[in-house]
Amino acid sequence: MQSRLPILVFAILMAAIPLIPGVPPFWIVLLDNIGLAALVAMGLVLLTGVGGLTSFGQAAFVGFGAYTTAVLTTAYGLSPWLTLPLSLVVSGSLAVLLGLITVRLSGHYLPLGTLAWGLGLFYLFSKLEFLGRNDGISAIPPLSIGAFKMLSPGSIYYAIWVAVILSALLTMNLLDSRTGRAIRALRRGHVAAEAFGVHTPRAKLLVFIHAAVLAGLSGWLYAHLQRAVNPTPFGAHMGIEYLFIAVVGGAGYVWGGVLGAAIVVILKEVLQSYLPLILPGSGQVETIVFGIMLVALLQLAPGGLWPWLMSFFPERTDGRKPDTSLKLEHRTRAPAETGVLLQVEKARKQFGGVVAVNNVSFDVQAREIVALIGPNGAGKSTTFNLITGVLSATSGSISVLGRKVDNAPPQEIVKLGISRTFQHVKLVPDMTVLENVAIGAHLRGHSGPISSMLRLDRADEAKLLAEAARQIERVGLAEQMHQLAGSLSLGQQRIVEIARALCVDPMLLLLDEPAAGLRHMEKQRLAALLRELRDGGMSVLLVEHDMGFVMNLADRIVVLDFGTKIAEGTPATIKTNPEVIKAYLGVAA
Amino acid sequence: MNTTIMLFLVQDGITNGAIYALLGLALVLVFAVTRVILIPQGEFVTYGALTYASLAAGQMPGTAKLALALGIGAFAFDLFVARKALHGRLVVRSFIANVVLPAIVLALTLSLAAQKPPVAVCIALSLVIVAMIGLYLYRIAFQPLAHTSVLVLLIASVGVHLALQGLGLLFFGAEGQRGPAVLSGAFTAGALRFTGQSITVYAITIAFIVALWLFFGLTLYGKALRATAVNRLGARLAGIRTTLSGQIAFLLASVIGALSGILIVPITTLYYDSGFLIGLKGFVAAIIGGLVSYPLTAVAALVVGIVEAFSSFYASNYKEVIVFMLLIPVLLLRSLAAPAVEEEKD
Repeated sequence: MQSRLPILVFAILMAAIPLIPGVPPFWIVLLDNIGLAALVAMGLVLLTGVGGLTSFGQAAFVGFGAYTTAVLTTAYGLSPWLTLPLSLVVSGSLAVLLGLITVRLSGHYLPLGTLAWGLGLFYLFSKLEFLGRNDGISAIPPLSIGAFKMLSPGSIYYAIWVAVILSALLTMNLLDSRTGRAIRALRRGHVAAEAFGVHTPRAKLLVFIHAAVLAGLSGWLYAHLQRAVNPTPFGAHMGIEYLFIAVVGGAGYVWGGVLGAAIVVILKEVLQSYLPLILPGSGQVETIVFGIMLVALLQLAPGGLWPWLMSFFPERTDGRKPDTSLKLEHRTRAPAETGVLLQVEKARKQFGGVVAVNNVSFDVQAREIVALIGPNGAGKSTTFNLITGVLSATSGSISVLGRKVDNAPPQEIVKLGISRTFQHVKLVPDMTVLENVAIGAHLRGHSGPISSMLRLDRADEAKLLAEAARQIERVGLAEQMHQLAGSLSLGQQRIVEIARALCVDPMLLLLDEPAAGLRHMEKQRLAALLRELRDGGMSVLLVEHDMGFVMNLADRIVVLDFGTKIAEGTPATIKTNPEVIKAYLGVAA
Repeated sequence: MNTTIMLFLVQDGITNGAIYALLGLALVLVFAVTRVILIPQGEFVTYGALTYASLAAGQMPGTAKLALALGIGAFAFDLFVARKALHGRLVVRSFIANVVLPAIVLALTLSLAAQKPPVAVCIALSLVIVAMIGLYLYRIAFQPLAHTSVLVLLIASVGVHLALQGLGLLFFGAEGQRGPAVLSGAFTAGALRFTGQSITVYAITIAFIVALWLFFGLTLYGKALRATAVNRLGARLAGIRTTLSGQIAFLLASVIGALSGILIVPITTLYYDSGFLIGLKGFVAAIIGGLVSYPLTAVAALVVGIVEAFSSFYASNYKEVIVFMLLIPVLLLRSLAAPAVEEEKD
C-alpha cells in the first residue's frame, strides 16, 4: 500500500491555487479543463495501461454523461445533483451494453471496434432531435449549493478537483485489492488468471464500466461548466486525444493520467496561441505539431512521463511483511480425498491432422507423486491443458474424484482443488512476488470491487496476503517477497508459480517442468518440498525432463511418446523398459 | 420499391464498395505485415486525389515538397542508425533513394505543373509522390517502433494521421476539389448507365484483389511477408529482411490509397479531411474480414458500400450511424466465435 501523504499534499496545493492573489482567471479555466481530461484519462489508465484494453471511444461516454444531465435539467427541470447519479448510471449501463459486445474481442479488434462505435455515436448525437442535433443543448443550469451558484470557472473548480482526487483514490484502492490483482493480470493474457479462478471477461467488463463511469462524471461536470453541450467534444478525435493523454502521462499509472492531462491541455493552449505567430498560415498547424510530437514521444519515451518523473524520487519500498498469524479458511473440500483423485481415460486431442494426445489413460491416486515424461513434443503439456480445462479434449474423458469434468472451464477445475504451474512462466512481471502469489488465493477471498474501492475489504485482504506470504516462505523465497516478479531469475519465477499454485489449497498440484532452470541445490530443496507436500496429503503430477530428479522423486511414472502412452510403472521398471529406452535414445544398435 | 432506383443504388453501392474494398485490402496488407493499423490510409487517399486534381488544374501540389522533406528525414534516420558503421555504399544508396529521387520528382512536378500535363502524366506523378510519402513515413514513424505492441503502433498511426491531415489543409486549402475522369465515355445497359470511370474502378479493384491474393498465397515472397507479421524475430532468423517487408507493405498501401483517391475524385468532391471517413469505411470492411482475409474483406466492402447507398437514400441523416453501427453485429458474431487463443502482449 502506498503512502497517502503525497496525495494529501497535492490536494492542499490544488485547493490553495485559486486563493493565491494574482492568479490569472485563465489559469483556473485551464486547470478545470485539465481536471476534466484527467478523469477520462484515469479511466483509460485502468482500461488500457493496466487492463490492456484499448478504447478510442471514451469520448462517447463523456457525451452520455453530458447529454444525460443536459436533457434532464433543461427539458425536465431536474436538479443537477439528482442527474449526477443518473449520468453515471447511463454511462455505466451503456458501457455494459457496448462492453458485452466488445471486451471479449482480442487484440486489435477491440480498439477498432471502439473507434467504430465512437464514430457512430458521435453521428447519433449530432442527428437526434431531442439532443438538439448539431446545435446541442444550451442554458444548462449551473451547479449550486443552497444559494451559491457555481457560475464561474473558479467556483466549479473545487467540484472538478474533488472529483479528480476522490476518483484517483478510489481507483488506487481498487488496484490494490483482490479484484485489482485480477485486473492487473489481464494484460498478460487470460490463461494464467483463469487457472486461478478469475473470470476474465467479467474482470474486463468491470474495468470497462469503471472507465465509462469516470468519463460520464467528466461529462456531467463539463456540461455544468460550459452550461451548454454540442456533439463536437464527443467525437472520434477527442477519443483519440484522451488515449494520447493517457500515453503521454504513462498509461500504467493513475497519476500519469493527471500528469498527461496537464501536459496535453497546456501544450495545446500554448501551440494554439503561439504557433500562428511563428508559423503564419491557415489553421491546423497545431494539429501537425501535435501529431509529430505524439510519434516522437512514442519513440523516445514509450512508457510515458510519469515513470520518468518518478525515477528522480527515491524508491519507496513497502517492506512490511503481512501478519502471517491470520488464517485463511480452507477451500471447501469434497468429503473424501482418498483413492483415485484424477482419472484420465482415453483422452485424445487433435489439432487439425495432428494428434497431440492419442487416447492416453492414466490416473493419480491420493498422496502420490506421478511424473509424466517423454521426449519433446510427446504431448505432455497438452495433457496438462486438457486436465486443467485450457483445451477441451477431442474425445475421451477426465474425471476428478469420480466426477466427469469434460469441457469444464479452467475456473471450475481450480475450484475442485487442482492447481497448476506453466511451462512458460506466466507471472505478472510488474507486480511483486507477494501480489503474484496472492492471485493464487483469488477464489478463497470474496471482496468485490465496490468494497475494495471503499477499503471495506481490508480484513479479507490481510488474510489473503497472509496466506500468500506463508506459501512464499514455504517455498523459501521470503527474501524476495517484495521484489517485482520480473526481476527474479527464471528458476525463482518457477518457484513463485509453485507458491501461487499452493495458495489454491489444492489436493492435486500440476507442475509443468518445475526444475528447469534450477541449480542442483535448489532442485534438492524442491524435491524435499514436494515430498513434504505429499506426506501432508497432497498429490503431485509433474512433467519434467531432469531424469535424476524424476527417478528419485516420483512414486509412479507415465511415459508418453508422440502423444501415445508407451509405458507406466515405478521408476525402477521404467529405467529398464526397452520401449522407453528406444523412445529416448533411438533404436539400440 | 422502384426497381430502377434499387438497381441504381446497388450500382452506386458497388462503385463505392469497390473503393472501400481497395482500402480494406491495403489495411489488411499493412496490418498483416507490420501490425500497424494504418489510420493515415485515408490521407493517402486525399493526397493522391488532391495531388492529381491540383496537377490536372495546373497547380503545384505541396505533397511533392513534403515527399522531399520526408525523404531528407528518412535519410537522416538512416545516417543516425548507421552512425557507428558508416560506409560509402550505404550512404550513397540511402541518399539516392531518399533525397535524389524525391528531388527529381519535385523538379519534374515543378516544371510540368504549370503546363497542365495530360491525365496519364498526372496520375503517374501523383502515384509516385504518394508512394514516396508512404515509404518515408514508414522509415521515420514506424520502423523505429517496429518491435513495440500493436497499441503503441496504433497510437503512432493516429499521430501520423493528425499530422498528415493538418498538412493536407496547408497544401490544398479548405476548398474541395474534383479531378478529370480517368476514362471518359459511357454506355447504357437497360436502365443503367455505366461510365468509363466506374468500369475502371471495378477492373482495378478486381485486379488488385486477385494479385494480392496470389502474391500472399502462392509466392515465396508473399509468404515471407506474412511470416514477418507472425514473428519478427523468427522471420529475421530465417533470413527475411523485416524492414524491407515493412517498406513493401507501406509502398503498396500508399499506392493503393492514392489510386483509390484518383479513382473517386472524378466522381465526388474531396476535401482535405475526407480521407479519414473513407478510410474508416475501408476499416469496417477490413474488420469484417477479420484483418486477415482478402476475399472476405472485398465482399464486406461491397456490403458496406451498398448499405451506405441505401441508407443515404432512405435515411440520409443516419447514413454514417448505420454504416458504423453495422460493425456491432459483426463484432458480436466475432466475439461469440472468438477462439480461446493465448496472446502474450508487451
